[in-house]
Amino acid sequence: MSESKNTIIRTKYLNPYLGGVLLGLVLLAANFVAGRGLGASGAIKSGVVTVVTAVNPSSVESSSFVKEYRQSHTGNPMKTWLVFEMLGVLVGGFLSGILAGRLKLKVEHSPKITSNKRLVLALGGGVLFGFGSQLGRGCTSGSALSGMAVLSLGGFITMMAIFGTAFAFAYFFRKNWI
Amino acid sequence: MGPLAVNELISENTNLFLAFLIGIAFGFVLEASGFSSSRKLAGVFYGYDMVVLKVFFTGAITAMLGLLFFGLFGWIDLDLVYVNPTYLTSAIAGGVVMGLGFIMGGYCPGTSFCGASIGKIDAMVFIIGLFLGVSLFGAGYNWWEELYMAKNLGDPKISESLGLSDGVFALILIVIALAMFTMADWAEKKFPREEY
Repeated sequence: MSESKNTIIRTKYLNPYLGGVLLGLVLLAANFVAGRGLGASGAIKSGVVTVVTAVNPSSVESSSFVKEYRQSHTGNPMKTWLVFEMLGVLVGGFLSGILAGRLKLKVEHSPKITSNKRLVLALGGGVLFGFGSQLGRGCTSGSALSGMAVLSLGGFITMMAIFGTAFAFAYFFRKNWI
Repeated sequence: MGPLAVNELISENTNLFLAFLIGIAFGFVLEASGFSSSRKLAGVFYGYDMVVLKVFFTGAITAMLGLLFFGLFGWIDLDLVYVNPTYLTSAIAGGVVMGLGFIMGGYCPGTSFCGASIGKIDAMVFIIGLFLGVSLFGAGYNWWEELYMAKNLGDPKISESLGLSDGVFALILIVIALAMFTMADWAEKKFPREEY
């Protein structure tokens, strides 16, 4: 952190309202093209189904999770809209990172905790978020943001549950962030 | 006219190619807005950085208004646009588990890919967690299937549920968002901190 004080250019981010309008236009484009909003956890599910089916082909019959997915998605689970979209996210994030000079391999954490603690919490948070995204039929992108844009009741409920819970537990995790 | 893919105005491969381009724009906007930083994202829960609230609600409202206007102009058939179904129990339970994951891990799935794309190792570890979490849900599916399927309300719109027209609901949401943005600016002044 002391090193960054000497550099002239600090982190440069887009005005949040401009960023929001652009995000909204991207979401509008997704609906206009595909008739569905954006998503993220759906691509993870495609990845999991692909790996599970490859490792254990009988799971198509034995696992109702895989079976249900296969019944609602014909063809290769990796050749789906959300998988292509998420590959694009990696490219787009990378491009923005280059332009802003933010490309750097690092563990971001509060000075009050160690890198290792941050990584353990990131792993745990990822497990919970992955699990919750399946239970809630989509994550912050697919259920909350995209659901709100099409006025889905469930989208608004999930959005309030996500942010409300995180806010309610924020006190217990404050050392990790502040 | 729209949705293009549903009306078969574009081929399946064109649809996937456009998905890739839309993804690039999605990732670019997220990163440029600061969503590649977990500490910036978590700021919304402590008041020191309200970028999540501002970007998220502006985005949702922009897309919502865009769809309503596109519908009015006849550019998109809103009956063909997917409305997320509402399973009341799992919408709440899933949201609660995701909220815990959010405050613990600092990312959500979309933003973790964004963070990983510029080299955040904590984001990469979060993604490993996502795969484990999704697998865990799949492995134990029989245990929570009942919870997952409970209270299926179909795919109601929130405007219908509240007995309002889409336009009036949109207006109310805009007013609520403007009030939250004002509070957000107040919070950022009250809990200042350095830029990461």
